[in-house]
Amino acid sequence: MPTVEIRDVRKRYDGGFEALKGVSLDIEEGEILALLGPNGAGKTTLISAICGITRITDGSIRVGGHDVVTEFREARSLVGLVPQEMNLEPFQTVIAGVRFSRGLFGKRPDETLIERILRRLSLWDKRNAKVMELSGGMKRRVLIAKALAHEPRVLFLDEPTAGVDVELRRDMWDTVAELKRDGVTIILTTHYIEEAEAIADRVGVINKGEILLVEDKASLMTRMGQKELTIELTDPIDRVPPALSDYDLRLSEDGGSLTYRYDTGADRTGIGRLMGLLVEAGCQVRDVHTAQNSLEDIFVGLVARQEEESAA
Amino acid sequence: MNLPAIWAIYKFEMARFFRSILQSFVSPVISTSLYFVVFGAAIGSRIDQVEGVSYGAFIVPGLIMLSVMTQAISNASFGIYFPKFIGTIYELLSAPVNFLEIVLGFVGAAATKALFIGVVILGTAAFFVDLQILHPVSMVIFLLLTCVSFSLLGFIIGIWARNFEQLQLVPLLVVTPLVFLGGSFYSISMLPPAWQTVAYFNPVVYLVSGFRWSFFGLADVPIAVSLLAIAGFTAICLAAVWWIFKTGWRIRT
Repeated sequence: MPTVEIRDVRKRYDGGFEALKGVSLDIEEGEILALLGPNGAGKTTLISAICGITRITDGSIRVGGHDVVTEFREARSLVGLVPQEMNLEPFQTVIAGVRFSRGLFGKRPDETLIERILRRLSLWDKRNAKVMELSGGMKRRVLIAKALAHEPRVLFLDEPTAGVDVELRRDMWDTVAELKRDGVTIILTTHYIEEAEAIADRVGVINKGEILLVEDKASLMTRMGQKELTIELTDPIDRVPPALSDYDLRLSEDGGSLTYRYDTGADRTGIGRLMGLLVEAGCQVRDVHTAQNSLEDIFVGLVARQEEESAA
Repeated sequence: MNLPAIWAIYKFEMARFFRSILQSFVSPVISTSLYFVVFGAAIGSRIDQVEGVSYGAFIVPGLIMLSVMTQAISNASFGIYFPKFIGTIYELLSAPVNFLEIVLGFVGAAATKALFIGVVILGTAAFFVDLQILHPVSMVIFLLLTCVSFSLLGFIIGIWARNFEQLQLVPLLVVTPLVFLGGSFYSISMLPPAWQTVAYFNPVVYLVSGFRWSFFGLADVPIAVSLLAIAGFTAICLAAVWWIFKTGWRIRT
């Protein structure tokens, strides 16, 4: 059973704006899922709907098998949320804020656990400092500590590294990796493709309230590891020469160029042999060039295709 | 029932109170003393007695009510408005708590603060005038119900308010006039007949009257009517809060 099950979720705001247009998504236990999308794609709305901050117009969401509306107590007890904005009570001390969060989620006080959380996030020395005395990076850690105070099984991080310097971003990634080792399921939203590449197990692409793709990062990376070699010919040909049938070549419509996909990670790319066979078959090569797929290309391609479809 | 959550909210709200305990204690003492100087000594010297009670003592129940009502509203409205304003309300909305638990935490704390101030004023008043309390149980009931119901009203105002101006608007334009015209400093029977009729539309009249009856056995309206009025007012506020959480009005998008 997936830890989070999202089925046909729609969210229409009072003004009529549809922020989510039938989103379905399963999030598996113990994984790190990165939700990638431009600003206004619906990432925060989706997270807010799962956590109970936003009411959905249609569809259903279950966390650990519990419906987030009818069994909100059970569902919300499993979930921790780190919001995008630095929403913190300025006059409260760090430790008081973390204790408050634990209590709010119905848990008995546990000072040992709170000390462990604060130490892990390098906040122990600052435990008696007021939140308003902390730097931006420290405040972000306080938000994480508060979200972890009730030992959630699922943690949502909404743009955890937006506006954060490089060093803190690395720190954040390490923290996420540690939490994963403890078995926490993590969903993070980001519009940095590198971030998804760096820490996610799976990547979901969301735009204009629709999920465009959810795929293992590994298979995405394989796609990204592929390169395309385009060979332009001096004279157009009608069909791929039989001697080159071993290669999975694509002939352009005008017959003027051949495209060959290959894996840069493989021992042999087969390019040398291909060129030899091509010359033997009597084809004159005018030019060659290569191109690499990146996650960004895939992302841009998906978003562009969606725009075309909605325009059509 | 999520008891740790209620306790967490209550403690958090009380912490704000204890941070400024000196102001919380000193300001009602000073304002009460001022009222006694102005109303008790200056004006009271010309009004000998009201229905057999010295004017100084007569205004004590009204003075307590005045402060308790305004304090309850301002504490409760600020308590829920501030998290909305700074965004920390996300935590309340995503926590496994229902409306009753949130209300018990916030309203409980606001009512506690109002009660504390009420007791401080009562203590201060005892220095200025001889006080008798004929019906202590009834006095406690009226005081508690007023603390709770006006905290509930404040809670509703805090959720309704979109900015700090609106937060001040209802207390300033509605509550303060009602309280001043509610017979805090005079008996309704001292008004011209036409104004007496108008006064009976003011809910505060029933509270002050019942509360004063607990002290001196004097009332503008029958005590049962007063009790019914405060119970009804509490019920209306509770229903409004229940509706707010059911529909998510101005808190859940």
